[in-house]
Amino acid sequence: MRHIDFGRRYVRLKGPLKWRIDIRSIVVSLILLFTTIIVAMFALMMGSMEFSLQEIFAALGGQATGAAKTIVVEWRLPRVIAAIIFGAGLAVSGAIFQSITRNPLGSPDIIGFSSGSYTGALLVLLGSGSASYLGVAGGALAGGFVTAILIYVLAFRNGTQGFRLIIVGIAISTILGSVNSMLLIQNESEVALTAAAWGVGSLNGVGWKHVLPAIIFVIFLLFCAWIMNRPLREMELGNDAANSHGVRIKRSQLLLIFLAVSLTAAPTAVMGPVSFVALSAPQIVHRFTKSANSLIPSAAMGAVLLLGADVLAQRIVPETILPVGVVTLSLGGIYLLWLLFHQARSTP
Amino acid sequence: MITTTADVQSQASISQSDSQLWTEDITIQYGDHIISRNLSVKIPHKSFTVIVGPNACGKSTLLRALSNLIKPTAGHVLLDGKNISTYKSKEVARQLGLLPQSSTAPDGITVANLVAHGRYPYQNLVRQWTDKDEEAVLSAMQVTNTTELSERFVDEPSGGQRQRVWIAMVLAQQTPLMLLDEPTTFLDIVHQIELLELFKGLNQQGNTLIAVLHDLNHAARYANHMIAMKDGQIVAQGDPREIVTEQLVEEVFGLKCTIIEDPIAHTPHIIPLGR
Repeated sequence: MRHIDFGRRYVRLKGPLKWRIDIRSIVVSLILLFTTIIVAMFALMMGSMEFSLQEIFAALGGQATGAAKTIVVEWRLPRVIAAIIFGAGLAVSGAIFQSITRNPLGSPDIIGFSSGSYTGALLVLLGSGSASYLGVAGGALAGGFVTAILIYVLAFRNGTQGFRLIIVGIAISTILGSVNSMLLIQNESEVALTAAAWGVGSLNGVGWKHVLPAIIFVIFLLFCAWIMNRPLREMELGNDAANSHGVRIKRSQLLLIFLAVSLTAAPTAVMGPVSFVALSAPQIVHRFTKSANSLIPSAAMGAVLLLGADVLAQRIVPETILPVGVVTLSLGGIYLLWLLFHQARSTP
Repeated sequence: MITTTADVQSQASISQSDSQLWTEDITIQYGDHIISRNLSVKIPHKSFTVIVGPNACGKSTLLRALSNLIKPTAGHVLLDGKNISTYKSKEVARQLGLLPQSSTAPDGITVANLVAHGRYPYQNLVRQWTDKDEEAVLSAMQVTNTTELSERFVDEPSGGQRQRVWIAMVLAQQTPLMLLDEPTTFLDIVHQIELLELFKGLNQQGNTLIAVLHDLNHAARYANHMIAMKDGQIVAQGDPREIVTEQLVEEVFGLKCTIIEDPIAHTPHIIPLGR
C-alpha cells in the first residue's frame, strides 16, 4: 500500500490501540520528562541539609529513617510532586484556553481566573479572620468558578468568540485586581499580611496533607483533558467544520472550559496565583514540537517550568526563600516582552 | 460536459422514497428574525443540486439547516426518512459532509494532516488511525489532485489549491451527501471551473452534491437540479434547462435578461440586458 507523506513522522500502532503517534511530540515530551526527573532529584538533594543520590533513593524506597525520611519524604517530596503536577495542570489549562480562543494571550492568568481565585481567598481570609487551609482553598476555588461563569456570560453569545473572551477577561481581571487591592488596604491587620503573601503564589511549607487532594484532583483533570483533546483539535477547524465531523460544539466547549478553569483553580487554591506558566508553557513547547496537536508536551513543559522556577526561588537569593510566584512572574515578564518583540518583527 | 438524456430521465423519475435528504415545513429563524417559513425541499438522490438566489435570500441558511448546523424552530429535516436531530452526531457525519463557507486551518498543520481530520467521524479514543483512514485520505488527495501537496503547510498553496485541500478533507469523510457552501467564491475563473468539473465528476460517481453558488451561469451549466430562492421561499426547482427562463431570472433576481443556449454544454446561458 502507498503511504501518505504527512510532512511529519509518525509511528503507527496496530495493536488494540490503533494510534498514530507524532514522533517529534513524543521525543520532546520524553526529553522534558527526563529533565523534570533530573531537576526533581536535585530539588530533593539540595537544601539546608544535603543528601546524596543514594540517600534519596533509599528514602524514596522507604528504607531511610529519622531526619532523611522526614526531610526528603515529608518535606521536600510533596513540594516537588506538587510543582510537577500543578505545573502540568496550569500548562494544560493554558493550552486549552489558547486553543479555544485561538490566541496566544488567551490564558487563564490573563483572562482573570487567577484574580478571581485570589478575590475568593481574600474574602475568606479577611471575612473569617482565620487562615484555615480548607477555607482559603474553598474560597479560591469558588472565586475562580464565579469569575469564569461571569466571563462566560458576558463574553459568549452563540458559541465562542475568542477575542471577546480575552477582552472581557482582561477587563474583569483588572477590576478584580483593584478589588483585591482595596480589600487588602482596608484590612491592615496581620491577616492582611498573610493574605498578601498568599497572593504572590508560593509552595513554601506545603505538606502532603495540604497538597495530596489537589494533586489527585489535578491528575484526574489531566486525564479528562487528554480524552477531550480530540474534539478540541477538531474545533480548531472552526465550529462549522467541527460540527460536520460530529463534534457537539456546545457540550464539548463547556466541558473543556470547565476542565481548564478547574486546572487553574485547583493549583491556585493550594499555592496562590502563579502566573505565566499557563501562558508560556504551551507556546514555548510549540517552538520545539512545531505542532499544537497534543496536550502532553505542554503538560511536560509546565512541569519543568514550575519545578525549575520553584528550585530557583529557593536558591536565587542566599538565605532567603522566595515565593515561586515571584520567579514565574519575572520569567514571564521576560517571555512576554520577547513575544511582543517577536510578533512586532514578524508582522509587517 | 453534456448531460445525457439518460441523466435527465433518471432525474425525472426520482420519487420521494429515493430522496435521502429533505425538509418538511421547516421554519428557520435567528432570534426573532424569520429567514424561511414552512419550507419544504427535496434533494433528489444522486443529484448535483445547486441553490441560487440573490444575497440574503436564505440559501446559505437553508444549507445550514440541511447540514444540521441550525435547528429549525418548526418542521423537520429528514435524513433517510428519520429526523436528523435524532441521529448521533457522528452518524450524521458519516452520511453528510460539509464544506463550510469559512474554516480555519490550525497553526502549522500540513495538508495531509488537515485531510486526515475528515476521518474524525470514524475514529474514537482507541481507534485513531487505521488502514481504512489511510486509504480514504490517499484517495481523497488523489481525486482532488492534492497528493503532491501532502507534506506542505496548508497556508502555503494558492487559494484554488487550498480550496481543493478542504474539499479533500470533506471527501475523506466518505459521505454519500456533500454540502458545499459557496465553494467557488473568491477563486479566479480557472479554479472555479476546475472545481465545478471536480464536483461534476464526483456527482457522476454517485455522490449527491448540494451547493450554494453565486454565478447563475455556472449553476445552470453544472447543476442537474436547481433550486431558485427569494425571500426565504422557493420560487422554482427542477432541471435548469426547464426552469431557467427570462421570467424566472427577473422574478428572482430582478434582472432583465435574455437566455441563449450555451454552445458547449447546451444549457441555458443568461445574458443581462443592461439598461
